[in-house]
Amino acid sequence: MLTHEFMRNALLAGTFIGAACGFVGYFLVLRAQVFAGDALSHVAFTGALAAAALGVDVRIGLFAATIAVGIGMGGLGDRAHPDDVTIGTVFAWILGLGVLFLALFTTSGSATNGTAAVRVLFGSLFGLSRGDVALAVAVSAVALAALLGMSRPLLFASLDPRVAAARAVPVGLLGLGFLGIVGLVAAEATQAVGALLLLGLVAPPAAAAHELGRTPFAGLALSVALAVGSVWLGLVLAYEISQLPPSTAIVGVAAALYAVAAAYVRLSGQFGEMSGSSRKP
Amino acid sequence: MLIDAAFQGLSWNLAHDVRELFAFHFMVNALLAGTAVAVMGGAVGWFMVLRRQAFAGHTLAMIAFPGAAGATLAGLPIAFGYFGACAAGALALAGVSGRHSRESAATGTVQAFALGLGFLFVGLYHGLLNGLQALLFGTFLGIDDGQVRTIVAVVAVALAALAVGARPLLFASVDADVARAAGVPVRLLSFSFLLLLGLAVAATSQITGALLVFALLVTPAATAHRLTSRPLVGLGLSVAIALVVTWLGLALAFFSVYPVGFYVTSLAFAPYVVARSLRR
Amino acid sequence: MSEAIRLEDAAAARGRHVIWEHVSLTVEQGEFVAVLGSNGAGKSTFLDVVLGLLPLHHGSARILGRAPGDANAEIGYLPQRHNFDASARIRGVDVVRLGLDGARWGVPLPGRPARARKERLREVIALVGAESYAERPIGALSGGEQQRLLIAQALVRRPRLLLLDEPLDSLDLTNQAGVAALVQRICRDEGVAVLLVAHDVNPILGYLDRVVYFAGGTAVAGTPAEVITSETLSRLYGAPVEVLRTGDGRLVVVGVPEPPFVHGSRHAH
Repeated sequence: MLTHEFMRNALLAGTFIGAACGFVGYFLVLRAQVFAGDALSHVAFTGALAAAALGVDVRIGLFAATIAVGIGMGGLGDRAHPDDVTIGTVFAWILGLGVLFLALFTTSGSATNGTAAVRVLFGSLFGLSRGDVALAVAVSAVALAALLGMSRPLLFASLDPRVAAARAVPVGLLGLGFLGIVGLVAAEATQAVGALLLLGLVAPPAAAAHELGRTPFAGLALSVALAVGSVWLGLVLAYEISQLPPSTAIVGVAAALYAVAAAYVRLSGQFGEMSGSSRKP
Repeated sequence: MLIDAAFQGLSWNLAHDVRELFAFHFMVNALLAGTAVAVMGGAVGWFMVLRRQAFAGHTLAMIAFPGAAGATLAGLPIAFGYFGACAAGALALAGVSGRHSRESAATGTVQAFALGLGFLFVGLYHGLLNGLQALLFGTFLGIDDGQVRTIVAVVAVALAALAVGARPLLFASVDADVARAAGVPVRLLSFSFLLLLGLAVAATSQITGALLVFALLVTPAATAHRLTSRPLVGLGLSVAIALVVTWLGLALAFFSVYPVGFYVTSLAFAPYVVARSLRR
Repeated sequence: MSEAIRLEDAAAARGRHVIWEHVSLTVEQGEFVAVLGSNGAGKSTFLDVVLGLLPLHHGSARILGRAPGDANAEIGYLPQRHNFDASARIRGVDVVRLGLDGARWGVPLPGRPARARKERLREVIALVGAESYAERPIGALSGGEQQRLLIAQALVRRPRLLLLDEPLDSLDLTNQAGVAALVQRICRDEGVAVLLVAHDVNPILGYLDRVVYFAGGTAVAGTPAEVITSETLSRLYGAPVEVLRTGDGRLVVVGVPEPPFVHGSRHAH
């Protein structure tokens, strides 16, 4: 399996992208901003289309759009922490723009449009070139470094914004910066698992980590491990089963891991109760 | 994307333009369908925004894709797939209760998993993803009379259900504890609302596209909630905004080359931004 | 029948754990009764029994002359709560309206029923003194203002019994006195029996008729002067407890033993 270059490329890029997604996802779940991750992945789609319609490199559109909208959403939020309705509204509008660009794109375009759109929507880790891998590693590394650097203040600001603000933690700035990084990771991960399935790499590993992790840093590490693990296992499965697309496999593994984690927590909680501790008097 | 060269475009004479619009049967159908979806979106969406379930609404809209793909793969009528998937999705989402962050993480997982399945199904029957495009962005062209009747019927049923349960639903959404003590079946209502949302979305997105349905669910209602907190006024405002935006959007799309989804979302977004900037 | 509540040798349990037993008490119509006791003693459990949410483990209970749970339409209930968060934009008057017909299915009828509704809302909001801010979004109101509106919500259907679970918790002293005075006025003027759960009796001491004190696995009912004494409380707790009276008339209870650790929800009382 590892003799094939496409597989090595996929594993390398996937590992870094998975790590970044796991890290970002942990905070998204903590801050209840998972919808923002979803929205930004669709924005990636719109950005890519816009770039294609304007004849610009698709990747520029991807990155510019996601980072800009990420920060924009933060600006609309209270203390840079937008709620679901705000996110949904911006999201709907961006999708509308996407429709516009799609129309422009298809009228001005050729037969390659269809496959390009699929690539953006569903990703194709198996189709990466050396250049793609290099970009993936670089972007993910930058995102990871930035997140590691801000992880303690961001944790503080997420768990207790008022106290953090009183201790001179720049809560708003952190919120904006975080959403910008989410955009960055979303744009990069779109190439791995696609705009529509990004959520599958960002949400389930983080959610499982939140169920199982005791301390925040243990949770972060677990989230990264689960995300990367899902990528590896998913790629192996997709390699063995040819009809299984890699992104579906990755998301499927991640979802399964989450389901198992959630079930384990629920069942062990029930056993704890059955061992006779008394409840509310 | 829309009209062929058979007619001239905006003549800037309102009476003439409107008559032009209504001359085409497909346009009349599009307006009827659009009106029905707008009314449903405005009404159901008002509750959706109140209950902060925009993410769930979006997820249910997207779940229609694997439903349709699965149905195609299994050789079943597509409508089965739509309704089945959205109902199953509503069940899954209702089953996830608890802290808000858990809910959204689980919702995201459900959505991604469902879409991944859809991708798999499409690959399995070697289909093209045109279906997905139509689902997402819809096509207001070629809505036939039968589809109009279906949409109107679905919306009528949804509105009736909403009218019956509106007060307890409001109570449960505003103050679940007191509502429960007053005998309101809070859990049942939560589940029923999600089911209503899912089925309404499934029915309408087949015809107008999931994007439009979601946009009409979230944006007019979000604007209305910003402007007033009075339930009846808010509901009315939400429906009114949705209607105006849809009609205007359809008309604009008719007279230009740009797609209706773009117009509707942009027209809806503008008042939202204005409402937000009015500090309340 | 002038008794709102009658309990005879009642006992309540959750699972196999008996919270309290051998409780016999009555509450008359129009009485203002405080429900006191330390955390975990069973005050909220008592409310659950009155509402029929928890069946008695032993003994009997009559609520408004009926079995617990049957007369709930005539009981107003304010559960222990956090305040509405600041982003809640629904108006106070609409929150009160929920108490009136929020649980009714179907579309509200216009015409005479609507006018009667409006009139009742106006009446009850005036009763709690909230006219000046009832039209504002509830999230923007202070704790005391929110509590008054919530009491209005509990009163709007003319209940004969009102249950208030720690309504004074997050209020400052002035507001506590204000709400206590309001509750007393409601008792006198509307003839409503009120059970008010509190963990500090002092803010309401001057307005009370009687007290029910939960401790040591049982409860004692009587006037404050009878119940809140060193003798009675020492007997209840089975440990030396002193009740001291400060210069300005406040009661301080000293020496209450630590409640046993119970694994429970944050509402544990």
